[in-house]
Amino acid sequence: MEGLVKAAVLALTAVGLSLVFGVMRVVNVAHGAFFMLGAVLAWTVAQYVPGDPMFGWFAALLIAPAIVAAIAATADTFVLKRLNYDPEATIVATIGLLYILEQAALSLFGPDAKPVPAPFNIRLQLPWFGYSGYKIFVVFAAVAVLLAVWWFMTRTRAGLVMRATQVDRQTARAFGINVDRVYAGVFALGAGLAAIAAVLLVPISQAHYLMGGDPLLLSFIVVIIGGLGSLRGTLVAALIIGLSDGVISMFWSPTLAKIIATAAVAMVLVFRPQGLFGARA
Amino acid sequence: MKIWILHIAVLLALVLAQLVLPPYHANNLSRILVLAVFAMGYNISFGYAGLLSLGHALLFAAGMYGAGMLVHHAGMPALPALIAGGLAGGAMAGLVGLLALRTAGVSFMIVTLMFAQVGFLSILYFNGVTGGDEGIALTGPQRQILGLDMTQDTPRFWVALILFAIALLVKLALVQSRFGRLMLAMRENEERSRMLGLNPFGIKLKILVISGVFSGVAGAAYALLFGYLGGSFASVQYSILPMLYVLLGGAGTVLGPLLGAGLMFYLVDFTSGLTSAYLMVVGAALVVLVLFAPKGILGTLRERWLPWLP
Repeated sequence: MEGLVKAAVLALTAVGLSLVFGVMRVVNVAHGAFFMLGAVLAWTVAQYVPGDPMFGWFAALLIAPAIVAAIAATADTFVLKRLNYDPEATIVATIGLLYILEQAALSLFGPDAKPVPAPFNIRLQLPWFGYSGYKIFVVFAAVAVLLAVWWFMTRTRAGLVMRATQVDRQTARAFGINVDRVYAGVFALGAGLAAIAAVLLVPISQAHYLMGGDPLLLSFIVVIIGGLGSLRGTLVAALIIGLSDGVISMFWSPTLAKIIATAAVAMVLVFRPQGLFGARA
Repeated sequence: MKIWILHIAVLLALVLAQLVLPPYHANNLSRILVLAVFAMGYNISFGYAGLLSLGHALLFAAGMYGAGMLVHHAGMPALPALIAGGLAGGAMAGLVGLLALRTAGVSFMIVTLMFAQVGFLSILYFNGVTGGDEGIALTGPQRQILGLDMTQDTPRFWVALILFAIALLVKLALVQSRFGRLMLAMRENEERSRMLGLNPFGIKLKILVISGVFSGVAGAAYALLFGYLGGSFASVQYSILPMLYVLLGGAGTVLGPLLGAGLMFYLVDFTSGLTSAYLMVVGAALVVLVLFAPKGILGTLRERWLPWLP
């Protein structure tokens, strides 16, 4: 169950990263910072909404991803666009962005981890053991969001435009698509997904200004194993990594689990750059 | 000729700086010189050969631990340990290069980043030997290089300066040699050099190993001169810093890393007096640099006025 929650949150984060890489060919190192920002904003929003924790949390679920997406769109317009999406320059720029966001969170939010109360506290009592109702809700919510993303990408006009831009930027532009706006939208959507994942997770763990590191590393791993830019591979890989990470950390130390996962991923990139599920380009 | 005169003049200016500056700044200068050696190693692979690695902290740490472990656990004298550190950095670079150079571009960056992360986590995991997060402090008797005491400011500066001078002159000779032009060929057009009958993989591997020796020596010197080695030196931040120095000073220039390291060191030093937001400065510097001055200070100078600058 723990593994399933982890996998669900991971899948959301990683799909955001994969989307950005797939459409824009940008490796977004600041993705973990967007995740962290989502959690931190969730805490802030929950502070200002009085009454039942439920209202605060739902308000956070609406507001935090919107703010994060807006920040991402701004960063895209003012920084990434001006670099012409040159892959090396954008990596350097997103590293810079990561530092700026982390420091901003540290200065404004403080160094301590802050808890956010869960919107509800129902325990699902089975005859032999109980489950936290919220964790089950997280899994279902993540699946719902992922389905929505899938529907958006395959069934709507905006999704079609995004996929067209992914396949051929020049031709898309020739057909009158505003590629710049598509890119800003995709970058915002990717960051927003990370923020949603963070808001879902934050009642279980806590908000902390350095919390972006782990999800970033893990989503990198997921995206690479699943094949860079392939959404279906990303989902499968998220399940595998999320579940196995829990299992390995239970039997051995979490550090060892990370060492193994990281080394495995480096090897995948070296020997099978298209990923385990991606088609050969 | 004027190239050599310029670089000798820079070295003489550094000697003068030690004599004139108050102890606090002279001490900073030794730190900057060691970091500049690291940045020069990074510049060899990134600035000249176009290999953007995000994992040079691994090479720095390889040198640092290669030397520090020998001194701490085996009681080796500092000078052979320094050399061993350089060899460790080179060997690690060769190992990483054999695997990572099968990829290029974005994949190369991610693979090097991942290898560095594996190294960082391994240092934490084997904390019984490496000291993990807390690190290991080297004691006074372990820090004697040829009878010079590294716990004293003045001898420490001279050792840092001698190391820097050797590194600078070696690098200058390197980039002006035939091999230096091969490095540029890797950056400018790898396919064409392959067509001309060169072996890009072999050349890039050599470049990485040279870069690794520089980084390893810098790591070893950092441990021996300042008496401390710790896991944090293997973290991502120490892969980003040399990149920042090189970008600021000018990628593909011999003196750029020194200029970048010095400016960045004092920028951080200055701002940390004003705010605690030191990472913000690093981040903002990175963004501003890639946006407005992708060639760095000396790179822009060379483009506009001094085409002969190596």
